Amino acid sequence: MEKTVNQRAWLLVLPVLVLVAFSSIIPMMTVVNYSFQDSFGENIFFWVGLEWYQELLRSERLWDALGRQLLFSFIILMIEIPLGILVALSMPKKGISASICLVLMSLPLLIPYNVVGTIWQVFGRADIGLLGRILSDLGISYNYSQNAFDAWVTVIIMDVWHWTSLVALLAYAGLRSIPKPYYQAAMIDQASRWSVFRYIELPKMRGVLMIAILLRFMDSFMIYTEPFVLTGGGPGNATTFLSIDLVKMALGQFDLGPAAAFSLMYFLVILLISYVFYTVMITIDKDEAKQ
Amino acid sequence: MSLRLHGVSKISNGETHIYPTDLELQKGTMNVLLGPTSSGKTSLMRLMAGLDKPDTGKVFWESEDVTKKRVQDRDIAMVYQQFVNYPSMTVYDNIASPLKLQKKSAAEIDAKVQEMAELLKLTSILDSKPNEISGGQQQRCAMARALAKDVGLVLMDEPLANLDYKLREELRLEIPRLFEASGSIFVYATTEPEEALLLGGNTATLWNGRVTQYGKAMDVYRNPVDETTARVYSDPPMNFVSVQKDGAVVHFPDGQSTKLNDELARLPNGEYRAGFRAHHLEMSDGQSDAIEFAAKLIVTELTGSDTYIHVNAMDERWIGLIPGLHTFEVGEVLKISLNPKNIFFFDKDEQLVASPNHEPEKSGV
Repeated sequence: MEKTVNQRAWLLVLPVLVLVAFSSIIPMMTVVNYSFQDSFGENIFFWVGLEWYQELLRSERLWDALGRQLLFSFIILMIEIPLGILVALSMPKKGISASICLVLMSLPLLIPYNVVGTIWQVFGRADIGLLGRILSDLGISYNYSQNAFDAWVTVIIMDVWHWTSLVALLAYAGLRSIPKPYYQAAMIDQASRWSVFRYIELPKMRGVLMIAILLRFMDSFMIYTEPFVLTGGGPGNATTFLSIDLVKMALGQFDLGPAAAFSLMYFLVILLISYVFYTVMITIDKDEAKQ
Repeated sequence: MSLRLHGVSKISNGETHIYPTDLELQKGTMNVLLGPTSSGKTSLMRLMAGLDKPDTGKVFWESEDVTKKRVQDRDIAMVYQQFVNYPSMTVYDNIASPLKLQKKSAAEIDAKVQEMAELLKLTSILDSKPNEISGGQQQRCAMARALAKDVGLVLMDEPLANLDYKLREELRLEIPRLFEASGSIFVYATTEPEEALLLGGNTATLWNGRVTQYGKAMDVYRNPVDETTARVYSDPPMNFVSVQKDGAVVHFPDGQSTKLNDELARLPNGEYRAGFRAHHLEMSDGQSDAIEFAAKLIVTELTGSDTYIHVNAMDERWIGLIPGLHTFEVGEVLKISLNPKNIFFFDKDEQLVASPNHEPEKSGV
């Protein structure tokens, strides 16, 4: 059959092209543009080439923020993944209690980031916050606005409180999809509870856990609102993660050039992680299709 | 060694899954539980295994009452419809897993695994993971795991149902061989009468949570005690029609009649149900001793070499299995015939009163 030439197809693609152009391409290219120029007032720009990039890569500021960021994501994963699995394992398997559990578990996920931040910010205050007050009355020194360790603990608790449910729900879905005969077979084999977890539940949850790890990693890697609401990145630079640093640079100091270079590098890192995410997902899909 | 169920029943959520059942299975026998989906095969197996506790009755292993004994402490193995293997272990480790839990020595385990692998043709894939091998191999691996334990009772719950036709046939031929090698009590659940006959041994037919009959496969097939058993043990289900017996003659609803042999003639007069299997309906060829019906065709189904015809005759719906491929028109009136010597007679309470004198069976079940 001969191909019919129909130029009207372009018309149908046009809305998407316009949308993508205005939402991604144009803003992105603006940032690229900034990253190679130095700007002064009244829209005067000078071409500086790779200077901003070189300066950033040499500065300790970026590397410190990246280090903090990686440590934070690592801690988050080490807590949320095992805790989520543990919660999923102890959730009721069916009936009304299972439904109630699922609803309760979903609630934190529905709360906006800055509300979570505010809740814990107030909750932890030593003067009026319930938690802060109780801790100081018990003689435990706790002050997130002055002590870096306390600030870290608070941000981590916020994130764990907010997102462990997600891991738990994913793990729960994985657990529910294991056919009952597996458990019966293990029972007949006289396998211990640990063996059932190690050799049946964990391998069968592999797919969903992979998704949980990658989602939580990506999300915690971009954390902004919680430390911003809590201490604005402080005390000092203690909770200044990549996003916070970027905003400080761009809006606080109005260093548009370095900030643009920063965001492009940040973007490349995220892109790299997304690629890993995608590759892993595809492999898991293939593995599971074979089963 | 024997497994004895004494009046066991199971009620769950107010629904009776198993009515009080007595059953005794002897050592070294193959026992097929035959019944349609949700007739209670799995429930009965779970009771035998101890995965469920019966609501009434007792389970005896030899002479010991094991009703309350935990499944972990019993001497059993089970194979499921799903291919259940430990996903992260190799085939070798899967087969070895129950032996390791039994604290056998490494040499003993290795010998047993190799033996099982040989028996089930898994030797070349011992190092593969379950998700790297085919469905048939996965199920072989699950069977090897079950048999490696050397237990007194091996339960197989429709182990071939999830396999494709070719693999099913292949494994079906191997199961009797495995069974002979093991010497255990085998219990095998299936929905297919053909499978029950192929595996031989004993058949227990199930219907709505009751064991309707238990006996040697051929005996049950040839002399089903009631209409239900006859239906369960025929694929397609047995056809029925109500007839009136008067002396040595039976009258069919359409006014035809046929003479009975002496044995049947002695039965009391009155109403009976005549039953016959699908492959005993034939295209009429003018045989003198056959009964001829006019049957209106509803559906035809072609298999590779035979034709199933669904017909309306004498206000009943029958299914016939005709050799060869035929293309009939839907709605066409066919002349079909039935040899009276192939008829089973059931009384008003659906109990068998006479079964045909059997000559060697033709094809089909």
